[in-house]
Amino acid sequence: MITDRHANATSFDSILFVEGALGTEAVDEPEFFGDLNLDQIVTAVTAGREEYGLASIFYRPLHDVEAVHYRHHALRDLEREPVLEAVLGFAEGMRQMRKHLGLQGKLYHVLQQQRWFLEALVTYCRTVAVFAGRLADVDVRSRGFVGLREYLTAYVASEAFTSLVAETQGVVDALGSVSYSVHMKGNRVRVSRYDGEPDMSEQVDRIFAKFKQSPVTDYRVNLPDWANMNNVEGRILDLVAKLHPDTFAALEQCCARNQGYLDQTVGRFDREVQFYLAYLEYIAPLKADGLAFSYPRVSSRSKDVRVTETFDLALATKLSGAKAPVVTNDFHLTERERVLVVSGPNNGGKTTFARAFGQVHYLASLGVPVAGEEARLFLADRIFTHFEREEEIETLRGKFEDELFRIHEILEHATGDSVLIMNESFGSTTLRDALVVGTEVMRRIIDLDGLCVFVTFVDELSRLGPTTVSMMSTVVPDDPAVRTYKVMRKRADGLAYAAAIAEKYGLTYEALRERIAR
Amino acid sequence: MKAFLMHAASDFDTEAELPPNAEALIADLELDTLLTTMASGDRFLFEIATRALLMSLSDPDTIAYRQQILTDCLAHPDVVRELYGLAGEALKAQRSVWGSLLRDAPRTILSTSVAKMELYVGSLRRLREMTDEHAGKFSSPGLVRFFAMLSEELDEDYFGVVEEHLKALKFQGGMLISAQLAAGNKGKRYRLRRAREQGLLGRMFDRSGYSFTIPERDHNGYKALGELEDRGVNLVANALTQAVDHVHSFFTMLQCEIGFYVACLNLRARLDEQGEPTALPVPVAAGAPVLCARGLYDVCLALTTGDRVVGNDVDADGKLLVMVTGANQGGKSTFLRSVGLAQLMTQCGMFVGAESLRANVCAGVFTHYKREEDATMESGKLDEELARMSDIADHVTTNSMLLCNESFAATNEREGSQIARQVVTALLERGIKVLFVTHMFDLADGFHQRKLDGALFLRAERGTDGARPFKLSEAPPLPTSYGEDSYRKIFGASVETARAN
Repeated sequence: MITDRHANATSFDSILFVEGALGTEAVDEPEFFGDLNLDQIVTAVTAGREEYGLASIFYRPLHDVEAVHYRHHALRDLEREPVLEAVLGFAEGMRQMRKHLGLQGKLYHVLQQQRWFLEALVTYCRTVAVFAGRLADVDVRSRGFVGLREYLTAYVASEAFTSLVAETQGVVDALGSVSYSVHMKGNRVRVSRYDGEPDMSEQVDRIFAKFKQSPVTDYRVNLPDWANMNNVEGRILDLVAKLHPDTFAALEQCCARNQGYLDQTVGRFDREVQFYLAYLEYIAPLKADGLAFSYPRVSSRSKDVRVTETFDLALATKLSGAKAPVVTNDFHLTERERVLVVSGPNNGGKTTFARAFGQVHYLASLGVPVAGEEARLFLADRIFTHFEREEEIETLRGKFEDELFRIHEILEHATGDSVLIMNESFGSTTLRDALVVGTEVMRRIIDLDGLCVFVTFVDELSRLGPTTVSMMSTVVPDDPAVRTYKVMRKRADGLAYAAAIAEKYGLTYEALRERIAR
Repeated sequence: MKAFLMHAASDFDTEAELPPNAEALIADLELDTLLTTMASGDRFLFEIATRALLMSLSDPDTIAYRQQILTDCLAHPDVVRELYGLAGEALKAQRSVWGSLLRDAPRTILSTSVAKMELYVGSLRRLREMTDEHAGKFSSPGLVRFFAMLSEELDEDYFGVVEEHLKALKFQGGMLISAQLAAGNKGKRYRLRRAREQGLLGRMFDRSGYSFTIPERDHNGYKALGELEDRGVNLVANALTQAVDHVHSFFTMLQCEIGFYVACLNLRARLDEQGEPTALPVPVAAGAPVLCARGLYDVCLALTTGDRVVGNDVDADGKLLVMVTGANQGGKSTFLRSVGLAQLMTQCGMFVGAESLRANVCAGVFTHYKREEDATMESGKLDEELARMSDIADHVTTNSMLLCNESFAATNEREGSQIARQVVTALLERGIKVLFVTHMFDLADGFHQRKLDGALFLRAERGTDGARPFKLSEAPPLPTSYGEDSYRKIFGASVETARAN
């Protein structure tokens, strides 16, 4: 199924990688996917595209700025309507082609097999030719698409391709002009060339036209249209072929000659571009809801990160489906700052914030746009997460030890170029333990010099040095029961929320004194 | 072919959603009483009359179109009832043909439809006979057109062609279908063809094609052949079944449109029996408010009591606001209902319960009545009233009419009249005719003090002997109501006693 490479073919190989295409071998899902809801995101992004096996591409972060830029540029091309339309048309055509080949494999009547193979050929030729033509007409700027365009231009001009087009079209035209009639009486079936006999349903329509009302019900029965044929259909087809011997001989030859028609580079592009399409399609409704996405400025050196109006993609997808508003957050770390310590009222969006932080970093390393109005991100070597486990561990001590064990593992492997997401570590232990152990862990993280989000109820952890920054989940000032889901840079103060809620119920010191005094 | 007896150039719309105020109108104007008499036990007529009454016409010409047909119908009630019967029987006869179209194979659908169409052809022939016999008696443009259409379209030649085609669809000479090759070399575009006349010998010696025979015991082969026939007749079965539907619609629409007039005949017969007057109203195009009536009575009250009821004379031309005050049980509600009923009846082309009536057509009739039981636990009575008024505000437009019966009485008078004053003022400014029955003196007097040109104040008077005359007269609101009277009458105790309690 692989044609020769063409003499003037360019060096274009892959739309995803600067050099060397990705193999299709399985790659395991990274450990932190579940914690960051990246598993949900990938499932949602690739939904409906299972045939392409895209997940493994999502499991392979890039560590090189140039590789990220290669994708950014290709994506920017794809975000231009004419380019996108051209690619979508191409992908749809290729999908059709595979469907036709699938049918060819499933059917028994040889004239049916031949016809479906012909259909696949026709679809392939049309799809590739149309795509090459449209790409030639549109403005593409990325290395990837410029390379692809040159490759396709040469391919469709090649002798092999043009003769394939001419041959298949001839056979299709001949088959299209066949029309026949079948007369059935009792058990006798007669097949002839159709001879212009009048259409009875038109006659019926005409006679009763005077009663015509609107609207009409459609009484056409949707007769099951199986791809295969029953015996009677098969025999009729044999007789139709007998009535048109030349046409069917041409069909047979065309199929025999063109078994290995599919070009390898075209086939690979078909799969790889789905990665981009899938992601763009996934974020489109969120963008339509007014959420911002941007191509992050990535660096593998600077840990000066800044993202505005970002959000948890998985959550936003759910909320957007339910027509609920999505709250966005900003964060930044400058100069010596490395660790965001997040505290504040429960259910206030702390975990969501932590996830969003992890997601933008990981998605940035996939070379796709990330959630946020503006993003400057660090290309991490690895991402580590520590989230509370769901499993039942019988004793608190067992649970605490399990947590410590996992944190230890992380700190063993993490480097100064890693991103750590610590979510409510020690959440179910005593304040004293959490303070003492948390301080220890935090000091190690600080020493590591990696980027970290540390969600905790222990205020003190936010004040361990110049590299930690305190952020808090917040409430509506007048109604402390209502969360804003905004996480802001703010000095950690666990009492502020308690005071506000007390006031609402008239239980602050002054209010309570007033009431008792009466 | 369309009956066009409700509109000069369109069908009566039996599908359109009733206006949002329909439910309130039915309840507040007690339309069930009216509709029950119009139906006279025929549920179908009840539906039609409901629709006709609630889907008001806003165009005086169409109202006149119906009034003319109604006049014809009143002159020849027997012919009209016979037409209605014929349509009903034509539809009923169809039920003798068995077949559930949606699950059947095209061959079955086709044979079912052939049988149904044969029955309809019989009914159409009867319709043609009736036309020949009675057409000359009618003079309204609607009925004249209707009968002329029947005699032109349904002639003997036409019946001949139809019957010949129905016969051909029984395939006594076998079935000829044509096809082309589609995806996978399967047949497509199956069409049933009319075989050319060809003698038996011609067919036997025809060498233009190839044949095969399905063996006698090859069940799958026969099944496949049947499927092929299904593909062949699918389109023609669809075409004929649609034709059956069209003829069905014709009879349905005829039954429905003529049914409206039958319902009018039923009501008229009953009112005639009671000696109540009826009149064809004069509809005036929307614009300046017009309402002028003699002997306007509440048809529903007449139907309920079975006696003659007191009618009112109204001269409210140029009046956008009619404020009705006065004694309880003094006929205020009855008057309000008589206006609403007359408006709806006018705007569906009927006669009204009055000696004469002239009114402008309204964009919509709305009612806002005090409700006794609607208030739920969550929303208090006033909330409920405000919510309903808000609903009305969502739908009401210029040239509409709003009938308010003790609106906003759920709260104290000051609040209630303040709300009502603002509501009413806004409505008037938007050109909505408001008839407001109220015992809130503050409200009524407030409007009276304004000395608006477009306002009319009517008062329910107490007879000198304490008996209620049920008659209204033009008079300003009085600061007291007559609740004490009612109280005394019913409780047999004085108000003082009640106060003491």
